[in-house]
This record gives sequence, C-alpha cells and structure tokens, in this order.
Amino acid sequence: MINLQRLHTRAAFFRVLRSFFYQHDFLEADTPVRQPVLIPETNIQPPASEDWLLQASPELCMKRLLALGAERIFQICPCFRRGERGRLHSEEFLMLEWYRREADYHQLMRDCEELIRTVSRGLPETDCFAGIDLSGRWPQLTVAEAFGRFSPVPLEQALEDDSFDEVLVEYIEPQLGLQQPCFLCDYPAEMASLARRSPADLQVAERFELYIRGVEVANGFSELADAQEQRQRFTQEIEHIKAQWGRRAAMPEQFLAALPAMGEAAGIALGVDRLLMLALNKTALEDVQTFSAEDL
Amino acid sequence: MYTASDLRKGLKVQIDGAPYIVIDFEFSKPGKGQSLYRCKMRNMITGNQLVQTYRSNDKFDEAGLEESTMQYLYNQGDEFHFMNTETYDQIMLTAEQIGDNIHFLLDNMEVEMLFFNDQAIDISLPIFVDLAVTQADPWVKGDTSGTDTKPVTLETGYELQVPPFVEEGDRLQIDTRTGAYVTRVKE
Repeated sequence: MINLQRLHTRAAFFRVLRSFFYQHDFLEADTPVRQPVLIPETNIQPPASEDWLLQASPELCMKRLLALGAERIFQICPCFRRGERGRLHSEEFLMLEWYRREADYHQLMRDCEELIRTVSRGLPETDCFAGIDLSGRWPQLTVAEAFGRFSPVPLEQALEDDSFDEVLVEYIEPQLGLQQPCFLCDYPAEMASLARRSPADLQVAERFELYIRGVEVANGFSELADAQEQRQRFTQEIEHIKAQWGRRAAMPEQFLAALPAMGEAAGIALGVDRLLMLALNKTALEDVQTFSAEDL
Repeated sequence: MYTASDLRKGLKVQIDGAPYIVIDFEFSKPGKGQSLYRCKMRNMITGNQLVQTYRSNDKFDEAGLEESTMQYLYNQGDEFHFMNTETYDQIMLTAEQIGDNIHFLLDNMEVEMLFFNDQAIDISLPIFVDLAVTQADPWVKGDTSGTDTKPVTLETGYELQVPPFVEEGDRLQIDTRTGAYVTRVKE
C-alpha cells in the first residue's frame, strides 16, 4: 500500500498533468464511466455493472464531444478491464486521454515529448526517468522496421501464423525505449481499430505506441472519421467477440451517428500509473498505486 | 480443468502427461492485442524447466496429484522405505528422488508424500525438524579470531554452520527449506 510521501508525489503528478493541458488550452472533460454500449473489442473484457458496462476507455464519449465542436479536450478517469492483473496491469487503472481536432498522430507524438519532459521537471523527485534521455525528438520506428530489426520472423509471417502479439512481447517490446523513449508506429491496417489508414500506404494505420524502458505507455492515432468504414470494422469485431467469447456486443450507434461531424482529429490514451511508475524508476504498478487489489 | 487465466505462481498443471508447477508467471498484453500468459514451469518428476507463452483460450488438466502421510522406516543403501500410516502400505524411493531432504530425514519421521498417477514422486518434510549434534569443536572462550559461527555435524551426517555456543549433544531446530540453523532446543 502507498505511504504518505508517495501520496504527495501522486498529487504533484496530477497537478503537473492538469496544468500542462490547461497551459495548452485544453478543456477538461468528464464523461460517465458506466455506459450501455462500449467499443466492441475482442481483446478487452469489460466488467458488467447491472445491465450496463464499466468503460475500458472514455474514447467514444470523448469523440462525441469533439463532434459537438470541442477543439481540444482531456480527461483523467478510471478504466476497467476484467482479468488483466500483473506487474503492469490492474483491473482498474487511471487513464489520461487527450484529443485534438485538426491534428494527426504526429502532433500527438510532439505532445508526448513535451508532456513527459514537463512531468520529469515538475515532480519533487530529482532522478525521474533515471538513465533515459528525454531531450529533443524521440526516435520513431515503424512496426515493419521493428520486426526487421528484432524479430526472428518477418512481419508478414507473424501476421500469417497469428504470432504477432507473442513476437511483440517476447522480442520487440523489451528493446524499445531503453536510452530514449521510442514511438512504435504504423501498425498493420488490420490492427487499426479506430485509427485512420495512412493515405500514403493503405496497408498501415496511423497509430503509434509510446515505449519507455520496454513498457508501453500510450496508444495514439489519427482518428478514423469515416462512419461507414468504422461500422464495417465494428461489425467484424462484434462477430469475433461472438465467436470467441459467446458475448453479444452492441453496435455504438450514437457514436457512429456523431462521427461525421468530428472531422479530422487525433487522440491518445496514456496509462497514468505506468507513467508515474517509470518516472519514479519503479518496476510495478503496485509501487505507485494508492491501493492494490491485495489491499482491498 | 484450468484455463490460462487461472495460471499463477505455485499452480500445478498437467502438460503432455507430466505434472508441472508454475515457478514464475507474468501477464502481458501488448496494446490492443491479446492477453498473454508467460510461464516458467518445472517438471515435478524430472526437474526440467519449461518456458511457454499461453493465450486465454488455452486449457490445462489439473496435475492430478495426491498427498499421503507416510512414516519413514529405514534405508538400505540408496533405497529409502516408507509406510502409509493409514493403510500400512510400504513404498520405496531412491536417494535421488529424496534429494536434499536426505539431510533431515530421521527414522519414524512423518512426511507428506506426493503421488502422480499413483506413482510417488516427492516428499515434503515438516518445515522445522529437531536434530542432535554429533560432532562439534569445543567453544574456546576468549577466541578472538572474530568468526561468529563454527561447523558442526548432525545425527544425519549433515554439516552446517552454527553459533559458537553450540555443543556436542545439543538438539538444534533446522529449517528444512533452507537447511539453516534456527535455534537451540531446550530439553
């Protein structure tokens, strides 16, 4: 369990995060954590709350706020994912999400660099992110390049024999962000989820993950604003969920109806506890959380 | 039947017809990807280690292990004989199967014996056992060599380091998990 000094550090951390977004003219949003319809995602199990579900991310509501005309919004909120427990996972965790209209994923990478440098300077601890060089632009590595450099099998083969996740966890992630934070970007289009495909190469999605010390910290992308393509992807995902888990997931109709009004936009989700863990040079979420599951 | 999401340190499962115990476990899940359960396991018969990554849908049979309380009777060379305290069945294990426990095993001691498919594969001793010191150098008062332990030999032939005040004939409590001295037992 947390001690009093760590509580002060956490509070300072939240102040730094919020003041960063205030300074950059973002509006703080709050949206319901309990909703009747979530993003259909095969690999995420949302906990039920009576007939509704606890959110895995505030993404749907945040994008509806963009569609209403909000320019820049952020939110720090609890998210829930059933069965995810480990050194870097917790069934309830804090997510920071921010969204910008008229922006793409490159802008989000610049935001990450500036935000994390601000965190490093703003915390009372003096040795934040020890051994990691946060200065300048951080390296970008495409998923294809990362497979070429670190994987024993080429990307195409990993996709074909359905071993992408295993290779990523085993061979690639441990190599990322060791000296400097690193953006792993341009995911295969089939892993786009809610990201826009790259106009320059329809085989990849404009999506990136930020890695520091081998730990995935944030997932950002240029948003897909095409409601028809989004509906097709959701339909596929709903079928996958039915096939794999026997669960009937609903189509987020209100979200799809709002999507065309959003226009070009980019958004990102960042694991707040993971970032604090890395800032304080810790190796497990329970080292920085107020209460772990075992304390309750 | 277990699924991968039941995996945790200490769980015993059956893989390819052999019992394994999970000795290290990490949950991972790359962004938007699947839950992966990365396990290091030890074959409970051969001791061989296995590193494997499983997915949520992977299933495992329970290891099907049973435990019985057995009394240690005697040994003949490398053969160690035990008797089931309820059925009086006798069972023999080799010195190799008994491993380091051999240092703490005394006649008539009750142990828990582990069976896989009716085959005995291991024994576990009480965590603490009391053993007599059969050989110890006398404590030289005023010894200034600065060492604060000395070697002694126990009735099972096991040698270990103990505080200098321990004498021949003393009974010592030993932690069988580590083989370390705990305390001198007052008779």
